[in-house]
Amino acid sequence: MQFTSSSIGRKILMAITGQAMVLFAVVHLLGNSSIFGWLNGGINAYAEHLHSMPLPIIMGFRLVLLAIVCVHIWFGIQLTIENRGGRPQEYAVKSTQKATFASENMIWTGSLLALFLVYHLAHFTFQVINPETAALSNLVPLHDMMVPNVMGMVVAGFKNFFVSFIYAGAMVALFLHLSHGIQSFFQTMGWSCDKSQPVIIKVGTLVALGLFLGYVTIPLTIFAGILKG
Amino acid sequence: MSDHKTMTLTLIVWRQKSANDPGKFETYTAKNITEHHSFLEMLDCVNEDLIHADKDPIVFDHDCREGICGMCSQIINGAAHGGQERTTVCQLHMRKFKDGDTIYIEPWRARAFPIIRDLIVDRSALDKIIQSGGYTSCHTGGVADGNAILIPKAVADEAMDAAQCIGCGACVAGCPNGAAMLFTGAKVSQLALLPQGKGEASMRVKNMTKTMTECGFGNCTNHYECMAACPKGINVKFIARMNREFLKAQFA
Repeated sequence: MQFTSSSIGRKILMAITGQAMVLFAVVHLLGNSSIFGWLNGGINAYAEHLHSMPLPIIMGFRLVLLAIVCVHIWFGIQLTIENRGGRPQEYAVKSTQKATFASENMIWTGSLLALFLVYHLAHFTFQVINPETAALSNLVPLHDMMVPNVMGMVVAGFKNFFVSFIYAGAMVALFLHLSHGIQSFFQTMGWSCDKSQPVIIKVGTLVALGLFLGYVTIPLTIFAGILKG
Repeated sequence: MSDHKTMTLTLIVWRQKSANDPGKFETYTAKNITEHHSFLEMLDCVNEDLIHADKDPIVFDHDCREGICGMCSQIINGAAHGGQERTTVCQLHMRKFKDGDTIYIEPWRARAFPIIRDLIVDRSALDKIIQSGGYTSCHTGGVADGNAILIPKAVADEAMDAAQCIGCGACVAGCPNGAAMLFTGAKVSQLALLPQGKGEASMRVKNMTKTMTECGFGNCTNHYECMAACPKGINVKFIARMNREFLKAQFA
Protein backbone atom coordinates (compact mmCIF):
# COMPACT_ATOMS: atom_id res chain seq x y z
CA MET A 1 0.00 0.00 0.00
CA GLN A 2 1.29 3.44 -0.93
CA PHE A 3 2.44 5.72 1.88
CA THR A 4 -0.07 8.35 0.77
CA SER A 5 -3.01 5.95 0.88
CA SER A 6 -2.10 4.20 4.15
CA SER A 7 -3.72 5.14 7.42
CA ILE A 8 -0.50 5.90 9.31
CA GLY A 9 1.26 7.38 6.27
CA ARG A 10 -1.39 10.05 5.83
CA LYS A 11 -1.37 10.69 9.57
CA ILE A 12 2.40 11.28 9.38
CA LEU A 13 1.95 13.69 6.45
CA MET A 14 -0.67 15.60 8.46
CA ALA A 15 1.72 15.72 11.41
CA ILE A 16 4.79 16.89 9.47
CA THR A 17 2.96 19.57 7.47
CA GLY A 18 1.16 20.70 10.62
CA GLN A 19 4.38 20.96 12.57
CA ALA A 20 6.05 22.87 9.72
CA MET A 21 3.23 25.41 9.98
CA VAL A 22 3.73 25.62 13.77
CA LEU A 23 7.40 26.45 13.16
CA PHE A 24 6.34 29.07 10.62
CA ALA A 25 3.88 30.53 13.17
CA VAL A 26 6.68 30.81 15.75
CA VAL A 27 9.08 32.57 13.35
CA HIS A 28 6.24 34.77 12.02
CA LEU A 29 5.41 35.88 15.55
CA LEU A 30 9.07 36.64 16.34
CA GLY A 31 9.25 38.75 13.17
CA ASN A 32 5.94 40.50 13.86
CA SER A 33 7.01 41.32 17.39
CA SER A 34 9.42 43.86 15.84
CA ILE A 35 6.31 46.07 15.80
CA PHE A 36 6.98 46.68 19.50
CA GLY A 37 10.21 48.44 18.57
CA TRP A 38 12.99 46.06 19.63
CA LEU A 39 14.36 46.19 16.08
CA ASN A 40 15.86 49.49 14.87
CA GLY A 41 13.24 50.76 12.41
CA GLY A 42 10.48 48.50 13.77
CA ILE A 43 8.31 46.29 11.60
CA ASN A 44 9.03 48.45 8.52
CA ALA A 45 12.72 47.48 8.76
CA TYR A 46 11.79 43.81 9.27
CA ALA A 47 9.47 43.85 6.24
CA GLU A 48 12.14 45.58 4.14
CA HIS A 49 14.69 42.97 5.27
CA LEU A 50 12.38 40.15 4.06
CA HIS A 51 11.53 41.85 0.78
CA SER A 52 15.15 42.62 -0.03
CA MET A 53 15.87 38.90 -0.27
CA PRO A 54 16.37 37.51 -3.80
CA LEU A 55 13.04 36.91 -5.55
CA PRO A 56 13.62 33.17 -6.18
CA ILE A 57 14.13 32.63 -2.43
CA ILE A 58 10.94 34.54 -1.56
CA MET A 59 8.86 32.80 -4.23
CA GLY A 60 10.40 29.39 -3.43
CA PHE A 61 9.57 29.83 0.24
CA ARG A 62 6.01 30.87 -0.61
CA LEU A 63 5.54 27.87 -2.92
CA VAL A 64 6.80 25.44 -0.27
CA LEU A 65 4.44 26.99 2.29
CA LEU A 66 1.55 26.77 -0.17
CA ALA A 67 2.34 23.11 -0.86
CA ILE A 68 2.46 22.37 2.88
CA VAL A 69 -0.91 24.09 3.42
CA CYS A 70 -2.47 22.20 0.48
CA VAL A 71 -1.23 18.77 1.66
CA HIS A 72 -2.49 19.47 5.19
CA ILE A 73 -5.92 20.60 3.97
CA TRP A 74 -6.27 17.80 1.39
CA PHE A 75 -5.51 14.93 3.78
CA GLY A 76 -7.30 16.69 6.65
CA ILE A 77 -10.56 16.72 4.69
CA GLN A 78 -10.04 13.22 3.26
CA LEU A 79 -9.32 11.66 6.68
CA THR A 80 -12.19 13.52 8.36
CA ILE A 81 -14.67 12.22 5.78
CA GLU A 82 -13.36 8.65 6.19
CA ASN A 83 -13.44 8.91 9.97
CA ARG A 84 -16.98 10.30 10.09
CA GLY A 85 -18.08 6.98 8.57
CA GLY A 86 -16.03 4.95 11.06
CA ARG A 87 -18.94 4.90 13.48
CA PRO A 88 -22.09 4.80 11.33
CA GLN A 89 -24.47 5.36 14.26
CA GLU A 90 -23.77 7.48 17.33
CA TYR A 91 -24.40 6.14 20.82
CA ALA A 92 -27.60 7.22 22.55
CA VAL A 93 -25.55 8.48 25.49
CA LYS A 94 -22.45 10.53 24.70
CA SER A 95 -19.68 9.88 27.17
CA THR A 96 -16.22 11.13 26.29
CA GLN A 97 -13.40 10.35 28.65
CA LYS A 98 -10.20 11.54 26.99
CA ALA A 99 -11.24 13.41 23.84
CA THR A 100 -11.36 17.19 24.20
CA PHE A 101 -13.30 19.98 22.52
CA ALA A 102 -10.08 20.76 20.62
CA SER A 103 -9.47 17.18 19.46
CA GLU A 104 -13.07 16.71 18.34
CA ASN A 105 -13.25 19.95 16.35
CA MET A 106 -9.95 19.95 14.44
CA ILE A 107 -11.76 20.12 11.10
CA TRP A 108 -13.74 23.20 12.19
CA THR A 109 -10.89 25.10 13.86
CA GLY A 110 -8.80 24.15 10.82
CA SER A 111 -11.47 25.44 8.40
CA LEU A 112 -11.70 28.72 10.32
CA LEU A 113 -7.92 29.07 10.13
CA ALA A 114 -7.98 28.39 6.38
CA LEU A 115 -10.62 31.11 5.89
CA PHE A 116 -8.64 33.42 8.12
CA LEU A 117 -5.50 32.72 6.09
CA VAL A 118 -7.24 33.91 2.93
CA TYR A 119 -8.41 37.07 4.69
CA HIS A 120 -4.99 37.66 6.29
CA LEU A 121 -3.20 37.36 2.93
CA ALA A 122 -5.75 39.67 1.27
CA HIS A 123 -5.27 42.16 4.12
CA PHE A 124 -1.50 42.32 4.59
CA THR A 125 0.11 40.52 1.63
CA PHE A 126 -2.05 41.47 -1.35
CA GLN A 127 -3.35 44.55 0.51
CA VAL A 128 -6.74 44.64 -1.18
CA ILE A 129 -8.91 44.96 1.96
CA ASN A 130 -8.02 48.60 2.69
CA PRO A 131 -6.20 49.81 -0.44
CA GLU A 132 -5.92 53.40 0.87
CA THR A 133 -3.61 52.27 3.72
CA ALA A 134 -1.73 49.66 1.63
CA ALA A 135 1.92 49.67 2.64
CA LEU A 136 3.13 49.25 -0.92
CA SER A 137 1.55 52.55 -2.04
CA ASN A 138 2.47 54.52 1.12
CA LEU A 139 6.24 54.83 1.31
CA VAL A 140 7.98 56.24 4.38
CA PRO A 141 11.65 57.03 4.98
CA LEU A 142 13.76 54.41 6.77
CA HIS A 143 17.44 55.23 7.35
CA ASP A 144 18.38 56.57 3.90
CA MET A 145 15.71 54.98 1.69
CA MET A 146 11.95 54.92 1.15
CA VAL A 147 10.18 51.72 2.28
CA PRO A 148 6.53 50.51 2.40
CA ASN A 149 4.73 51.71 5.53
CA VAL A 150 3.78 48.34 7.06
CA MET A 151 3.41 49.90 10.50
CA GLY A 152 0.84 52.41 9.22
CA MET A 153 -1.10 49.65 7.44
CA VAL A 154 -1.18 47.38 10.49
CA VAL A 155 -2.17 50.17 12.87
CA ALA A 156 -4.89 51.46 10.54
CA GLY A 157 -6.24 47.90 10.20
CA PHE A 158 -6.37 47.07 13.88
CA LYS A 159 -7.93 50.41 14.86
CA ASN A 160 -11.06 48.91 13.35
CA PHE A 161 -12.95 46.82 15.92
CA PHE A 162 -14.16 44.19 13.45
CA VAL A 163 -10.70 43.63 12.00
CA SER A 164 -9.20 43.21 15.47
CA PHE A 165 -12.10 40.95 16.42
CA ILE A 166 -11.55 38.69 13.39
CA TYR A 167 -7.85 38.40 14.22
CA ALA A 168 -8.49 37.66 17.90
CA GLY A 169 -11.15 35.08 17.00
CA ALA A 170 -8.84 33.38 14.54
CA MET A 171 -6.19 33.16 17.24
CA VAL A 172 -8.65 31.36 19.53
CA ALA A 173 -9.08 28.82 16.72
CA LEU A 174 -5.29 28.65 16.40
CA PHE A 175 -4.95 27.96 20.12
CA LEU A 176 -7.53 25.16 20.03
CA HIS A 177 -6.08 23.64 16.85
CA LEU A 178 -2.52 23.63 18.17
CA SER A 179 -3.37 22.54 21.72
CA HIS A 180 -4.32 19.21 20.10
CA GLY A 181 -2.05 19.41 17.08
CA ILE A 182 1.35 19.89 18.72
CA GLN A 183 1.11 16.90 21.06
CA SER A 184 -0.47 14.90 18.24
CA PHE A 185 2.67 15.44 16.14
CA PHE A 186 4.87 13.69 18.70
CA GLN A 187 2.45 10.79 19.13
CA THR A 188 2.09 10.32 15.37
CA MET A 189 5.83 10.41 14.75
CA GLY A 190 6.20 7.84 17.52
CA TRP A 191 8.27 10.21 19.63
CA SER A 192 6.33 9.73 22.83
CA CYS A 193 5.88 7.11 25.52
CA ASP A 194 3.72 6.79 28.64
CA LYS A 195 6.16 8.91 30.69
CA SER A 196 6.80 11.67 28.17
CA GLN A 197 3.26 11.99 26.80
CA PRO A 198 1.64 13.88 29.70
CA VAL A 199 4.57 16.35 29.59
CA ILE A 200 4.30 16.71 25.80
CA ILE A 201 0.55 17.44 26.11
CA LYS A 202 1.22 20.17 28.71
CA VAL A 203 4.12 21.74 26.81
CA GLY A 204 2.16 21.61 23.52
CA THR A 205 -0.77 23.42 25.13
CA LEU A 206 1.61 26.00 26.63
CA VAL A 207 3.24 26.65 23.24
CA ALA A 208 -0.25 27.05 21.72
CA LEU A 209 -1.16 29.46 24.53
CA GLY A 210 2.10 31.38 24.01
CA LEU A 211 1.37 31.78 20.30
CA PHE A 212 -2.20 32.88 21.06
CA LEU A 213 -1.09 35.49 23.61
CA GLY A 214 1.78 36.71 21.42
CA TYR A 215 -0.36 37.16 18.33
CA VAL A 216 -3.39 38.61 20.08
CA THR A 217 -1.27 41.25 21.83
CA ILE A 218 -0.66 43.07 18.53
CA PRO A 219 -4.30 43.91 17.60
CA LEU A 220 -5.17 44.33 21.30
CA THR A 221 -2.50 46.95 22.05
CA ILE A 222 -3.26 48.81 18.82
CA PHE A 223 -7.03 48.81 19.36
CA ALA A 224 -6.55 49.92 22.98
CA GLY A 225 -4.39 52.78 21.73
CA ILE A 226 -1.27 51.61 23.61
CA LEU A 227 0.68 50.95 20.41
CA LYS A 228 0.51 53.99 18.10
CA GLY A 229 1.53 54.36 14.47
CA MET B 1 -24.83 -11.76 51.33
CA SER B 2 -24.32 -8.75 53.58
CA ASP B 3 -27.79 -7.33 53.07
CA HIS B 4 -30.90 -8.21 51.17
CA LYS B 5 -31.77 -4.80 49.83
CA THR B 6 -32.66 -5.07 46.19
CA MET B 7 -32.72 -2.61 43.32
CA THR B 8 -35.15 -2.00 40.52
CA LEU B 9 -33.61 -0.59 37.38
CA THR B 10 -34.88 0.63 34.03
CA LEU B 11 -32.95 -0.78 31.10
CA ILE B 12 -33.07 0.80 27.67
CA VAL B 13 -31.63 -1.90 25.44
CA TRP B 14 -30.81 -1.95 21.71
CA ARG B 15 -32.80 -4.74 20.02
CA GLN B 16 -32.01 -5.73 16.45
CA LYS B 17 -33.12 -8.99 14.88
CA SER B 18 -30.40 -9.21 12.22
CA ALA B 19 -27.74 -7.22 10.40
CA ASN B 20 -30.35 -5.82 8.01
CA ASP B 21 -32.97 -4.99 10.61
CA PRO B 22 -32.96 -1.24 11.45
CA GLY B 23 -33.14 -2.01 15.18
CA LYS B 24 -34.60 0.07 18.01
CA PHE B 25 -34.42 0.67 21.74
CA GLU B 26 -36.76 -1.32 24.03
CA THR B 27 -37.37 -0.57 27.68
CA TYR B 28 -37.25 -3.30 30.34
CA THR B 29 -37.40 -3.38 34.10
CA ALA B 30 -34.80 -5.33 36.07
CA LYS B 31 -36.27 -6.36 39.42
CA ASN B 32 -34.77 -7.94 42.54
CA ILE B 33 -31.21 -7.02 41.64
CA THR B 34 -28.68 -6.98 44.48
CA GLU B 35 -25.40 -5.12 44.57
CA HIS B 36 -23.61 -8.47 44.29
CA HIS B 37 -24.99 -9.27 40.87
CA SER B 38 -22.54 -8.78 38.05
CA PHE B 39 -23.88 -6.78 35.12
CA LEU B 40 -24.26 -9.96 33.06
CA GLU B 41 -26.05 -11.76 35.91
CA MET B 42 -28.44 -8.83 36.06
CA LEU B 43 -29.11 -9.33 32.33
CA ASP B 44 -29.56 -13.09 32.99
CA CYS B 45 -32.33 -12.21 35.47
CA VAL B 46 -34.02 -9.94 32.96
CA ASN B 47 -33.74 -12.65 30.29
CA GLU B 48 -35.28 -15.24 32.61
CA ASP B 49 -38.27 -12.92 33.09
CA LEU B 50 -38.48 -12.41 29.31
CA ILE B 51 -38.39 -16.16 28.64
CA HIS B 52 -41.13 -16.78 31.23
CA ALA B 53 -43.20 -14.10 29.53
CA ASP B 54 -42.64 -15.88 26.20
CA LYS B 55 -40.54 -13.07 24.77
CA ASP B 56 -37.17 -13.12 23.01
CA PRO B 57 -34.32 -12.78 25.50
CA ILE B 58 -31.70 -10.06 24.98
CA VAL B 59 -28.87 -11.61 23.01
CA PHE B 60 -25.36 -10.71 24.21
CA ASP B 61 -21.83 -12.10 23.94
CA HIS B 62 -20.17 -13.60 27.03
CA ASP B 63 -17.94 -16.52 27.89
CA CYS B 64 -15.46 -16.79 30.76
CA ARG B 65 -17.16 -14.21 32.99
CA GLU B 66 -13.87 -13.64 34.76
CA GLY B 67 -12.57 -10.74 32.69
CA ILE B 68 -10.01 -12.54 30.56
CA CYS B 69 -11.67 -13.85 27.40
CA GLY B 70 -12.72 -10.65 25.67
CA MET B 71 -16.17 -11.87 24.63
CA CYS B 72 -18.42 -9.50 26.54
CA SER B 73 -18.95 -6.29 24.66
CA GLN B 74 -21.53 -3.70 25.63
CA ILE B 75 -21.71 0.05 25.65
CA ILE B 76 -23.26 0.96 28.99
CA ASN B 77 -24.42 4.56 29.33
CA GLY B 78 -22.17 5.53 26.44
CA ALA B 79 -19.00 3.91 27.79
CA ALA B 80 -17.42 0.67 26.61
CA HIS B 81 -17.68 -2.02 29.32
CA GLY B 82 -19.49 0.54 31.51
CA GLY B 83 -16.55 2.91 31.88
CA GLN B 84 -15.10 1.52 35.10
CA GLU B 85 -11.31 1.52 34.83
CA ARG B 86 -9.77 -1.78 33.66
CA THR B 87 -13.06 -3.67 33.90
CA THR B 88 -14.91 -5.86 31.45
CA VAL B 89 -18.72 -5.95 31.50
CA CYS B 90 -18.69 -9.33 33.29
CA GLN B 91 -16.56 -7.85 36.07
CA LEU B 92 -18.74 -4.76 36.42
CA HIS B 93 -20.98 -5.15 39.45
CA MET B 94 -24.36 -3.71 40.22
CA ARG B 95 -22.97 -1.94 43.32
CA LYS B 96 -21.84 0.68 40.77
CA PHE B 97 -25.52 1.49 40.20
CA LYS B 98 -28.29 2.56 42.52
CA ASP B 99 -31.94 1.78 42.88
CA GLY B 100 -34.06 3.51 40.24
CA ASP B 101 -31.19 4.10 37.78
CA THR B 102 -31.87 4.11 34.06
CA ILE B 103 -29.20 2.27 32.08
CA TYR B 104 -28.66 2.47 28.32
CA ILE B 105 -27.20 -0.71 26.82
CA GLU B 106 -25.93 -0.67 23.23
CA PRO B 107 -23.72 -2.86 21.06
CA TRP B 108 -20.22 -1.82 19.90
CA ARG B 109 -20.83 0.59 17.05
CA ALA B 110 -18.23 0.69 14.29
CA ARG B 111 -18.28 0.35 10.51
CA ALA B 112 -15.97 -2.67 10.77
CA PHE B 113 -18.21 -4.40 13.36
CA PRO B 114 -21.60 -5.21 11.76
CA ILE B 115 -24.32 -6.09 14.26
CA ILE B 116 -25.31 -9.76 14.21
CA ARG B 117 -28.15 -9.52 16.70
CA ASP B 118 -29.06 -7.21 19.60
CA LEU B 119 -25.78 -6.63 21.46
CA ILE B 120 -23.67 -9.09 19.46
CA VAL B 121 -21.40 -7.70 16.76
CA ASP B 122 -19.17 -9.47 14.27
CA ARG B 123 -15.60 -8.83 15.41
CA SER B 124 -13.91 -11.10 12.86
CA ALA B 125 -12.25 -8.01 11.32
CA LEU B 126 -9.88 -8.15 14.30
CA ASP B 127 -9.03 -11.77 13.39
CA LYS B 128 -8.29 -10.66 9.83
CA ILE B 129 -5.79 -8.10 11.16
CA ILE B 130 -4.07 -10.84 13.21
CA GLN B 131 -4.07 -13.22 10.24
CA SER B 132 -2.27 -10.64 8.13
CA GLY B 133 0.77 -10.43 10.39
CA GLY B 134 0.13 -11.10 14.08
CA TYR B 135 2.41 -14.12 14.16
CA THR B 136 6.03 -15.20 13.66
CA SER B 137 7.04 -17.74 11.01
CA CYS B 138 9.49 -19.93 12.93
CA HIS B 139 10.04 -23.65 13.01
CA THR B 140 9.31 -24.41 16.63
CA GLY B 141 10.58 -27.99 16.52
CA GLY B 142 10.21 -29.90 19.74
CA VAL B 143 9.38 -28.34 23.08
CA ALA B 144 12.05 -25.67 23.59
CA ASP B 145 13.63 -24.73 26.90
CA GLY B 146 11.66 -21.81 28.32
CA ASN B 147 14.80 -19.73 28.75
CA ALA B 148 16.56 -20.68 25.52
CA ILE B 149 16.24 -17.08 24.28
CA LEU B 150 17.19 -14.64 26.99
CA ILE B 151 15.16 -11.43 27.02
CA PRO B 152 15.93 -8.49 29.34
CA LYS B 153 13.28 -8.13 32.03
CA ALA B 154 12.27 -4.58 31.05
CA VAL B 155 11.71 -5.66 27.43
CA ALA B 156 9.76 -8.76 28.45
CA ASP B 157 7.59 -6.64 30.77
CA GLU B 158 6.87 -4.10 28.04
CA ALA B 159 5.95 -6.88 25.58
CA MET B 160 3.72 -8.42 28.24
CA ASP B 161 1.94 -5.08 28.78
CA ALA B 162 1.10 -5.07 25.07
CA ALA B 163 0.18 -8.76 25.09
CA GLN B 164 -2.51 -8.12 27.72
CA CYS B 165 -4.94 -7.30 24.92
CA ILE B 166 -7.90 -9.69 25.01
CA GLY B 167 -9.22 -8.56 21.62
CA CYS B 168 -12.60 -7.43 22.91
CA GLY B 169 -12.77 -4.45 20.54
CA ALA B 170 -13.60 -1.84 23.19
CA CYS B 171 -10.88 0.40 21.70
CA VAL B 172 -12.71 0.37 18.36
CA ALA B 173 -16.10 0.91 20.02
CA GLY B 174 -14.75 3.79 22.11
CA CYS B 175 -12.98 5.49 19.20
CA PRO B 176 -15.12 8.20 17.55
CA ASN B 177 -13.47 7.17 14.25
CA GLY B 178 -13.95 3.43 14.77
CA ALA B 179 -10.19 2.92 14.46
CA ALA B 180 -8.38 -0.26 15.50
CA MET B 181 -5.05 1.40 16.21
CA LEU B 182 -4.75 0.37 19.87
CA PHE B 183 -5.53 -3.27 19.05
CA THR B 184 -3.13 -3.36 16.11
CA GLY B 185 -0.53 -1.25 17.92
CA ALA B 186 -0.52 -3.63 20.87
CA LYS B 187 0.06 -6.69 18.67
CA VAL B 188 2.67 -4.99 16.46
CA SER B 189 4.52 -3.74 19.56
CA GLN B 190 4.39 -7.03 21.44
CA LEU B 191 6.01 -8.90 18.54
CA ALA B 192 8.42 -6.10 17.54
CA LEU B 193 9.80 -6.00 21.08
CA LEU B 194 10.70 -9.69 21.20
CA PRO B 195 13.62 -11.31 19.36
CA GLN B 196 11.33 -13.86 17.65
CA GLY B 197 9.22 -11.08 16.17
CA LYS B 198 11.91 -8.58 15.14
CA GLY B 199 12.77 -10.32 11.86
CA GLU B 200 9.34 -9.79 10.32
CA ALA B 201 8.60 -6.47 12.04
CA SER B 202 8.51 -4.27 8.94
CA MET B 203 6.44 -6.71 6.87
CA ARG B 204 4.10 -7.14 9.83
CA VAL B 205 3.36 -3.48 10.47
CA LYS B 206 2.77 -2.80 6.77
CA ASN B 207 0.41 -5.76 6.30
CA MET B 208 -1.51 -5.36 9.54
CA THR B 209 -2.17 -1.64 9.02
CA LYS B 210 -3.16 -2.31 5.41
CA THR B 211 -5.68 -4.94 6.53
CA MET B 212 -6.90 -2.52 9.19
CA THR B 213 -7.87 -0.01 6.50
CA GLU B 214 -9.31 -2.68 4.18
CA CYS B 215 -11.58 -3.95 6.97
CA GLY B 216 -13.21 -0.53 7.23
CA PHE B 217 -11.64 0.74 10.44
CA GLY B 218 -11.19 4.51 10.63
CA ASN B 219 -7.96 6.44 11.15
CA CYS B 220 -6.43 7.54 14.42
CA THR B 221 -6.77 11.21 15.39
CA ASN B 222 -5.19 10.87 18.84
CA HIS B 223 -8.32 11.34 20.97
CA TYR B 224 -7.04 8.53 23.24
CA GLU B 225 -10.61 7.33 23.92
CA CYS B 226 -9.32 3.81 23.16
CA MET B 227 -7.00 3.88 26.15
CA ALA B 228 -9.87 4.96 28.43
CA ALA B 229 -12.09 2.17 27.05
CA CYS B 230 -9.51 -0.64 27.25
CA PRO B 231 -10.35 -3.09 30.07
CA LYS B 232 -6.68 -4.12 30.16
CA GLY B 233 -5.32 -0.59 30.46
CA ILE B 234 -3.26 -0.78 27.28
CA ASN B 235 -1.42 2.49 26.82
CA VAL B 236 -1.43 4.59 23.64
CA LYS B 237 2.38 4.45 23.77
CA PHE B 238 1.91 1.25 21.77
CA ILE B 239 0.23 3.27 19.01
CA ALA B 240 3.26 5.58 19.06
CA ARG B 241 5.50 2.51 18.84
CA MET B 242 3.51 1.20 15.88
CA ASN B 243 3.81 4.61 14.15
CA ARG B 244 7.58 4.37 14.76
CA GLU B 245 7.65 0.82 13.37
CA PHE B 246 5.68 1.99 10.33
CA LEU B 247 8.14 4.83 9.65
CA LYS B 248 11.07 2.42 10.10
CA ALA B 249 9.43 -0.04 7.71
CA GLN B 250 9.42 2.62 4.96
CA PHE B 251 13.22 2.43 4.92
CA ALA B 252 13.48 -1.33 5.34
